[in-house]
Amino acid sequence: MSKYLQRYSDQERMNHWIVAICFILAALSGLAFFHPALFWLVNLFGGGPWARILHPFIGVAMFGFFLISMLRYWHHNKLDDNDRKWLRQWRDVANNREDMLPEVGRYNGGQKVVFWITVASTITLIVTGVIFWRPYFANLFPIELIRLASLLHAVAAFTLIVSTIVHVYAAIWVKGTLRAMTRGNVSDAWAKKHHSNWHREVTR
Amino acid sequence: MTNSWVDIKNADLVLIMGGNAAEAHPCGFKWVTEAMQQRNAKLVVVDPRFTRSAAVADYYAPIRVGTDIAFLAGVINYMLSNDKVHMEYVKTYTNATFLVNDKFSFENGFFTGYDEGKRSYDKSTWGYQRDKSKDEFVMVDETMQSPNCVYQLMKKHYSRYTPELVSKICGTPKDAFLKVAGFIAGTHTPDRVMTILYALGWTQHSVGSQNIRAMAMIQLLLGNMGRAGGGVNALRGHANVQGITDMCLYSEVLPGYLGAPTDADTTREDYLKVRTPKPLRPNQMNFPQNFPKWHTSLMKAWFGDAANKDNNFAYDMMPKRDTAYDALAIFERMYQGKVNGFLCQGFNPLAAIPNKKKLGIAFAKLKFLVVMDPLQTETAEFWKNFTDFNNVETDKIETEVFRLPATCFAEETGSFTNSSRVLQWHQRATEPPGEAKTDAEIMASLFMRMRDLYKKDGGTFPDAIVNMAWAYSNPNNPAPEEVAREFNGKALGDVMAPPDPKNPKEPPKVLVKAGEQLPGFAMLRDDGSTSCGNWLYCGSWSQAGNNMARRDTSDPSGLGVYPNWGFSWPANRRVLYNRAGADPAGKPWDPKRKGIAWNGTAWAGSDVPDIAPALGPDSGAGPFIMTPEGVGRLFAVGLMAEGPFPEHYEPFETPVGVNLMCPSNAKAVSNPAARVYKGDMEQFGKMAEFPYAATTYRLTEHHHFWTKNARANAATQPAQFVEIGDELAKEKGIANGQMVKVRSNRGEIKAVAVVTKRIKALEVNGKKVHTVGIPIHWGFIGLAKSGYLSNTLTPFVGDANSQTPEFKAFLVNVEKA
Amino acid sequence: MTLQSSLDIQARSATTTPSPSVRSSAAVAKLIDESKCIGCKACQVACQEWNELREEIGNNVGVYDNPSDLSASSWTLMRFAEVEDKDNNLSWLIRKDGCMHCADPGCLKACPAPGAIVQYSNGIVDFKQEACIGCGNCITGCPFNIPRISKKDNKAYKCTLCSDRVAVGLEPACVKTCPTGAITFGSKEDMVSYGEKRTKELQERGYANAGLYNPAGVGGTHVMYVLRHADKTEQYSGLPKDPSISPLVSLWKGAFKPLALLGMGVTALAGFFHYMKVGPNEVEDEKSREEA
Repeated sequence: MSKYLQRYSDQERMNHWIVAICFILAALSGLAFFHPALFWLVNLFGGGPWARILHPFIGVAMFGFFLISMLRYWHHNKLDDNDRKWLRQWRDVANNREDMLPEVGRYNGGQKVVFWITVASTITLIVTGVIFWRPYFANLFPIELIRLASLLHAVAAFTLIVSTIVHVYAAIWVKGTLRAMTRGNVSDAWAKKHHSNWHREVTR
Repeated sequence: MTNSWVDIKNADLVLIMGGNAAEAHPCGFKWVTEAMQQRNAKLVVVDPRFTRSAAVADYYAPIRVGTDIAFLAGVINYMLSNDKVHMEYVKTYTNATFLVNDKFSFENGFFTGYDEGKRSYDKSTWGYQRDKSKDEFVMVDETMQSPNCVYQLMKKHYSRYTPELVSKICGTPKDAFLKVAGFIAGTHTPDRVMTILYALGWTQHSVGSQNIRAMAMIQLLLGNMGRAGGGVNALRGHANVQGITDMCLYSEVLPGYLGAPTDADTTREDYLKVRTPKPLRPNQMNFPQNFPKWHTSLMKAWFGDAANKDNNFAYDMMPKRDTAYDALAIFERMYQGKVNGFLCQGFNPLAAIPNKKKLGIAFAKLKFLVVMDPLQTETAEFWKNFTDFNNVETDKIETEVFRLPATCFAEETGSFTNSSRVLQWHQRATEPPGEAKTDAEIMASLFMRMRDLYKKDGGTFPDAIVNMAWAYSNPNNPAPEEVAREFNGKALGDVMAPPDPKNPKEPPKVLVKAGEQLPGFAMLRDDGSTSCGNWLYCGSWSQAGNNMARRDTSDPSGLGVYPNWGFSWPANRRVLYNRAGADPAGKPWDPKRKGIAWNGTAWAGSDVPDIAPALGPDSGAGPFIMTPEGVGRLFAVGLMAEGPFPEHYEPFETPVGVNLMCPSNAKAVSNPAARVYKGDMEQFGKMAEFPYAATTYRLTEHHHFWTKNARANAATQPAQFVEIGDELAKEKGIANGQMVKVRSNRGEIKAVAVVTKRIKALEVNGKKVHTVGIPIHWGFIGLAKSGYLSNTLTPFVGDANSQTPEFKAFLVNVEKA
Repeated sequence: MTLQSSLDIQARSATTTPSPSVRSSAAVAKLIDESKCIGCKACQVACQEWNELREEIGNNVGVYDNPSDLSASSWTLMRFAEVEDKDNNLSWLIRKDGCMHCADPGCLKACPAPGAIVQYSNGIVDFKQEACIGCGNCITGCPFNIPRISKKDNKAYKCTLCSDRVAVGLEPACVKTCPTGAITFGSKEDMVSYGEKRTKELQERGYANAGLYNPAGVGGTHVMYVLRHADKTEQYSGLPKDPSISPLVSLWKGAFKPLALLGMGVTALAGFFHYMKVGPNEVEDEKSREEA
């Protein structure tokens, strides 16, 4: 007998995908400015000036929706000793030896780390982005701060992109995961296998 | 300028005082930087403010506004008491050896002959001692020991100006004064030359003319007159203000500075006699003896055939002055309601004549006002309410205002005469906009209509108008070329050479054929055979063509003479008095800067000699050919209103209240010979209520009240401001950039305060005197931000000789707005 | 803002391959002799006129500097500084501010838009507004605080050293108009040697610390100053003593750029190969059920 467990509500899923779309747009436009080899990406946005105009607004939208997720999942993502143990066993994780790992709750240690990296880089992006956002805010800040902000913005974007690659890959790699974000539910077996503590909690 | 712009490059010392060349004459200033770079010349600036000129100077000394004579008198004293004068030059080229009337004296602020009631002097004692046995020649004392000789009188007069007293009056620290005096006096040797550049900072005072005389004396004592890199150089403030002065801007003169007749000159004979001097020393050129030739040729230019021997060359058609017609006098009469109509050509008097309130009242008493100007001006809008900037009751003003749009310089062809006295021809660059017409066309059209009316209706005395020579191809619009040819002059009949004394029987040679343009003023005759609109300009359009249009950039001597560039009056001469640039034997004082020299048979060199070419060193003729003495005047005889020696008088609004040169004489605090109209004396502010010295000036970003109409200029200085020293700002709690109210006894203005270290409080007679700097340039018309006309504040009094208003020294109070 | 041929380009923003550079021209330079500058602002007006610009009519904010700052339509500006030394000797130091045309231009380095900023082989650094995206990175990159973004079109503007005039053999408009000869123009070599000559003259005149400002930190500049007080450049309204591109900008637009791209690529590839080697992580009974 097969049974599905609700993991994300409709609203949560819509929010996630809005953030995801914003991220993709912001990342594509941002990468266009980041490296000459990728400048052609501005054409996706109607050219350089449009990419420059849209990028910060997309970023603000992404941050706003991300904030909702962040507040919602904050308390699920506190790292505990169990997570640290899980993380220390990354070789078992990578080789699908899940039976060797400690039992996992709603999120595993890796997911939690990705969550916090995303939180940190997204906040950095919004703060630094506003500092050099022309023509609206940049003139309020000293040039040295603008320079620092520009560098940190790039570093944070890099971090976010890399962690998002990891995030996306994990969803592809761990079969049955994608469904959580497309349909909102996961199979009982998936939950038992990857998030046994959470499974116990929701089926009690 | 006695010298020229380019000639500044030959100086060893450039003194800027009574002007701010970098600010107001940035283009000419290139020759200052040239002298500094190429000759290692020093630049010294003396000014109440640390100016743009001071910014690049080697030395700057502060001075209180209106005390330049005290400073310069102190320099004279320094030079005389330290033997820093060019003694050979002084003895031979000045009147230092001349004996003065023994009744002449100076006591406690007054020279002999003062009449308090008339506020003027009886100058009969201000003359030379004459030798009745020898053609009334002046008596001299070659030893210069006589107490009545000019040298001793001068020495005595200026010994009173000790460095301590100068510092006490001027507020210049004593060491700074001595430093500047040392710089100046250092050029008394023949191998060093100083040039002085001044402008309205000297003229716009109640003692303006004497400021300049004081410097002329210094340059004579140093032997710097007539020399390359020397001279007394007035920097003119408009592209063609020299030209308008030459062509009789003033009511007291005719073109070429010929004294205009007054009521006293009832006949031509009397008129010419008074103005045609006899030589005062033997063998002098006494060039003004040619006055009748200049004047007669002028009358022929003006009246043509209607001026002839039978009618005394139309002398009776000349207007004779009954009283003063200077600008202040005209506006005073207008204020009194005695003027009906006013033609205002290229002039914005509401902004340019002191005491705006008085001017506004005066204009409101006119029946009609005609304004000819390329721009909209405050004067043309005096009747309109512009809130605080021009708060008038329009309904109560009945003056009818006509505006005749005129062209600006780029829209007309003609000549400019620059500060160097160089006439330069220019072509129209563009068509005038709209209905604008050249001033010549406007004036000629007016004249034609008036002449027709006089012809038709007659009048009290139509002769002068109906007989005016007006032979232009288009009488309503004389071509600039026609006018230029006319002021150069031409031969009406053959001009003959004087009979050769060696061959008296030989028939005289024809010098200029009838109908030809004259080559120079030496050809002018007083028999009606020549006509010339301005003797000084004779030679500018000769038979060879338009010499003003010459653009030859060759400079054979390397001294910046450029003999074939334009035409420099007089006679294409670039340095006036250049005979004095050579020693009595005819050798240049400095062989490296050779102007002219005696080559054994004639004067020759890089410039046109300022002496008859064959009048050699042995002749005894002095170099200053325009005086009947042939020498420069350290003692001005009777020419100046307030005395033969410049003497310090306080501005009419003094922040000290006492003349420290004569503290016990309350009547000689300010210039005792300056004209003050009834009511204006009461309008002078007192230091108790208005404790701060104030001065007005130009900024380099603007040209008068014109460029506020040009956006590029307006953006570079967009809004009105006043400058105050940081010490005063601190006292008054005024922050930089804050609005302040500046008040004089005649009105108030509001402006942004520029708080600066460049204006220092000065220690004057034991107390601190603060200076407030007030740039002009703003008004209620134009693209720049509206502002107050700065002459809202300035006093209605002028120099005793020229009546130039005292814009440069008055009193104000300042407070936060 | 240039009509100059695109053949003699030395560097081009956001471009990783060589720019057209077969042709080359000698380096030029403008030399501003501060000791001869009277702050008349003729250069400001000439710049406006040649480039057909007109600045807004602003306000007086308590100084002679007007307009009070550089802008998209004011590419050069006189800056006035009143400086008193310890003996209370006053100087009024006037400096013509504007693009220094660095040999190593921070603006060009920071610009993300290919070809929006170019450096000609004669050394002129020029903005091509049609390629500008308006991000303002040029401002971030500039060690002299020069470029300004127009409020009207959001493009960056600055002094072009009159590249259009120079291209046809004329001197820049400010040089042409300078009444005192304080601004001169010529080959960089000549200007350096003239600047050194002027420095020596000023030193002999008593300005012991006179010097030529041609800062090595930005590889030298094609606009140089002769300063009477070269030891205290900051006195000239904050002229940086030893300017260079900020290390933050260098890192951002330097090493970090390729490394970050590499990092992203490596991460993605790591995932790919991981999948290929380890394979998916599947739930067993689900799989068997589906197979059944």
